[in-house]
Amino acid sequence: MPALLKRDQVAGLGGGVDERAARLELRRQISRLEAELASLFGEAFGHTEIPHHVEGIAAAPRILDLGELEAVRDRLAERIAEARGALVDRTEVETENRQLLREMLDRPRDFKWVRVSRADVGEPGCGAWHSRPVLGPVGMLMGWWRVKVSSGCPLAGRLAAVERQAEAREAGDAQTREAGFRT
Amino acid sequence: MAGVAAERMGWVPAPRQGWVAPHIASEFPGLGIAWVEVDAKPGRSPEPVRRRLRDLSDRTNGAQAVRLRERPIPWAYRVFFRQIGLDPDRTRTPVEQLMLDRLHDGGFRSKGLPADALDIAIAETGVALRAFDADRIVGSLCIRDSAPGEGLPGQESEMAQGTLTIADEMKPVGLLFGPTAEGHGVERGTRRIAVAAVQVKAVPQIAVEEALWMAASTLEAA
Repeated sequence: MPALLKRDQVAGLGGGVDERAARLELRRQISRLEAELASLFGEAFGHTEIPHHVEGIAAAPRILDLGELEAVRDRLAERIAEARGALVDRTEVETENRQLLREMLDRPRDFKWVRVSRADVGEPGCGAWHSRPVLGPVGMLMGWWRVKVSSGCPLAGRLAAVERQAEAREAGDAQTREAGFRT
Repeated sequence: MAGVAAERMGWVPAPRQGWVAPHIASEFPGLGIAWVEVDAKPGRSPEPVRRRLRDLSDRTNGAQAVRLRERPIPWAYRVFFRQIGLDPDRTRTPVEQLMLDRLHDGGFRSKGLPADALDIAIAETGVALRAFDADRIVGSLCIRDSAPGEGLPGQESEMAQGTLTIADEMKPVGLLFGPTAEGHGVERGTRRIAVAAVQVKAVPQIAVEEALWMAASTLEAA
């Protein structure tokens, strides 16, 4: 039986011609799958991490045989299935979070201290919705709750100011040390 | 369009088309190699080149880098890497490596010539380019697989038979999307630089010509 599977004998029967056509077809499939995986990667970026890594077959570039091309194709297909699964899971979580947010906006008192970020609902940016008492402790005692929308991402100017402050503080510390003071 | 502009300006030589071994060409329709030779020396990039790199840095952002693999030309190189057994997330395609470096370094860093000229052309077009010492190339460039017992000059071990290489009429000058053979890269004594573009299926000829023209004109102007 193993003799029947010898490669040379198959090639001698004219299998080589078909193999080349099969390799071309597999390469076409690989190109389509790569496009699909790239699209899923772009779609998922910023929302969730999807498995997209497909190990290479060869250490150096070469013409892959039929079995190797099949392996690349199958691995890509596996990654795409996993990536789709991860995206579906993430979409479900985001849908649930959006529902939670709607209920929270309607009845903030029932969702005390709950915080939903924009990332939780699949939105870009740094904002969040936070259920908080109006007027602090007074609101807590009176049961006055509201959803507060945060102001979003910190401005670049403010971040730069914080960095400058930190640098100035470090410089000040260094001067103090040089002067022999203990802080 | 770039080719027309080059002809009109008259100082960038026309690209020369290399050949691909027939059995490789039949496996990879669309694979090709073209190159231009320019009188240029390696060295520090002049201010206009460095300014252009800075402008490119300003035009490039993280979102573009993430979506890069969905663009036709970078995608075509990723596909080809998969088809020749490489993992494009480990052995990066030239344009992806460049974008990754851009994000890592916060900008396209000047590495001198000819690297800056190649970087500009790669970032603008997505086409894979590399540079050789033109005076060390014998005859025409080609893409072929390695023969039994053949090695890459400068490397101790032999290449596995069937390794895809860029070669001249004498010997391999580099691995396809891999290291350059010793003595064939652009070094201090280089006086003439060959800029080679590797074309794969789905990369239009016009993009290859534009990339070569862009790199060559940057080198010529420097």
